[in-house]
Order: sequence, then C-alpha cells, then structure tokens
Amino acid sequence: MPRFEELEVGQQVAASEYKFSRDSLVRYAGASGDFNTIHYRDDIAQAVGLPGVLAHGMLTMGVSVQPVVSWLGDAGKVLDYGVRFTKPVVVPPYGYALVKVSATVAQLDAENRKARLDLTTSFEENNVLGKAQVWVQL
Amino acid sequence: MVNPEIQGKRYPRTPRYLVGREKVREFAKAVMAGHESLDLDYARSNGYSDLVVPPTFPVVIQEQSLQVVLADPEAKIDFSRVVHGDQRFVYERPIVAGDELTSELEVASVKSLGGNHMVTFETKIFDANDSLVCTAISTLVVRGE
Repeated sequence: MPRFEELEVGQQVAASEYKFSRDSLVRYAGASGDFNTIHYRDDIAQAVGLPGVLAHGMLTMGVSVQPVVSWLGDAGKVLDYGVRFTKPVVVPPYGYALVKVSATVAQLDAENRKARLDLTTSFEENNVLGKAQVWVQL
Repeated sequence: MVNPEIQGKRYPRTPRYLVGREKVREFAKAVMAGHESLDLDYARSNGYSDLVVPPTFPVVIQEQSLQVVLADPEAKIDFSRVVHGDQRFVYERPIVAGDELTSELEVASVKSLGGNHMVTFETKIFDANDSLVCTAISTLVVRGE
C-alpha cells in the first residue's frame, strides 16, 4: 500500500499497456452481460455507421483503473471512479488494439487521506477517455 | 428515439443479485485485473471476508436495471443506436463476494443535442440490509438517424 505522505501532485504512480482483441470483447460481453452486437459483429457495426467493431466503453473503463488497483494492492480503496467516453477503441478482426494507460496524482486531501488520480488512456495516440478521475483512500 | 417523458421515471427494484466468487473472478479476468481481485487469501489478508470486486463491477447490477428500461415500450430506446457517453461509480463501501444486491434506477434526465438524445440514469445499489453501497451514474447517447 502506497503511503499518502509520499505522494506529490503531478507524480505518475502507475502505467501499463493492454491488448484488446476480439476475444477480449467476447469475454467482456459474457462477464458483464452487455451483448450489444456492435461489440462483436462487423456487419452490424457497419450497418449503424461505425468505423468497425468497438470495444465496450466499460471494458476500456474497467481496464484503465487496473494499474491504480495494482498500485493500491486493494480494489476496496477506490471510492469514486468516473470517465467520459470520448473516442472509441476500434478492435480489428485479427490482431489487437493496443491500449496504453497511465495514472497521475492530481489532487491530495490530507485531512481525509484521499487522493485523486487522473488517468490517461490512449489508443493510436488519441485519448479515448476524458475526465477519467479516481478518488482513492490511503 | 427516446421519449422525453420518461425523465424522472423510477423503475422497480431488480431481483436480488448474489455476488458469486467465481463471477468476480470471471469479471476480473475480463477487465485484465491482477491478483488483487482473484486471490482469496490475499483478499482475506487485506481484511475482507471474500474477494473484493473490481471497481467497475457494479455495471453488472446496473445492466439489470438498464435492461428493464430498454425493454420499456414507453422509453422507446433503440438499443442498436446506443453509445455509452459517460459512467461513474460512487462507493459507500467495497462490494465483496457474498453480497446480495438490488438496484433501483431513476431516469435523471433526457436531453436532445444535435439530433442525438442523451439519457442519464442514476442507479442506486443496495445490500441485503437495505444500505446503499454504490451509486452508478450513466449517460447513454442514442444516435439520431
């Protein structure tokens, strides 16, 4: 568990890379219960005018917080987590989409020993999440 | 596309959902989580009675409430045109395997923006003691023709 006293605003605390394949999307659909067909069917994605099969926003959100959870060593220390979905992650039928995540200290609340971490999640050099903020208890 | 009159509508509570340990592991693997969400001994060494869910796990409960709205003929939401706009989870306490949860959804707002509709849902998740454990706030964008 990281120590609150050692944190500084601007400090990067975690970073990681993840590979999103079609398998990842099917696995997430099953685990979450979100079977919207735009996440695994090219024909339907095309028919509704999307650039291709998209990763569930919730998959991207769920994965993006994992470097923070590993850094904390405890998912139960996450108090509040919100994101805006700004750009889709397009997942090709073969190979994978590489998603990069980093977490930086944005705000410290010494009285309550809470910290706000801001996440940057990118795919092909674009940020795919906006206002991705996690409040954690230390 | 979306019936604006559903703003403020509150849907009935979903049936109790028992958070299963293997379901937590299945979800954790799907979001590429580490041993924190998979290892029972580790969770217990952190002081929990069972596995702690990954932070976005309440979406599984929220989804049950959303299905009720999407199936509501009054709401008139075309699922195939739905894109997720934003999402937030506010925790009152950690959720662990063994918790029995229900959810209650309210349509917080319906807005129109450039031919699209934006619907914000607030889903309150309660445990078996009827204590609030988490609030899930979600905005769906229903894309226009």
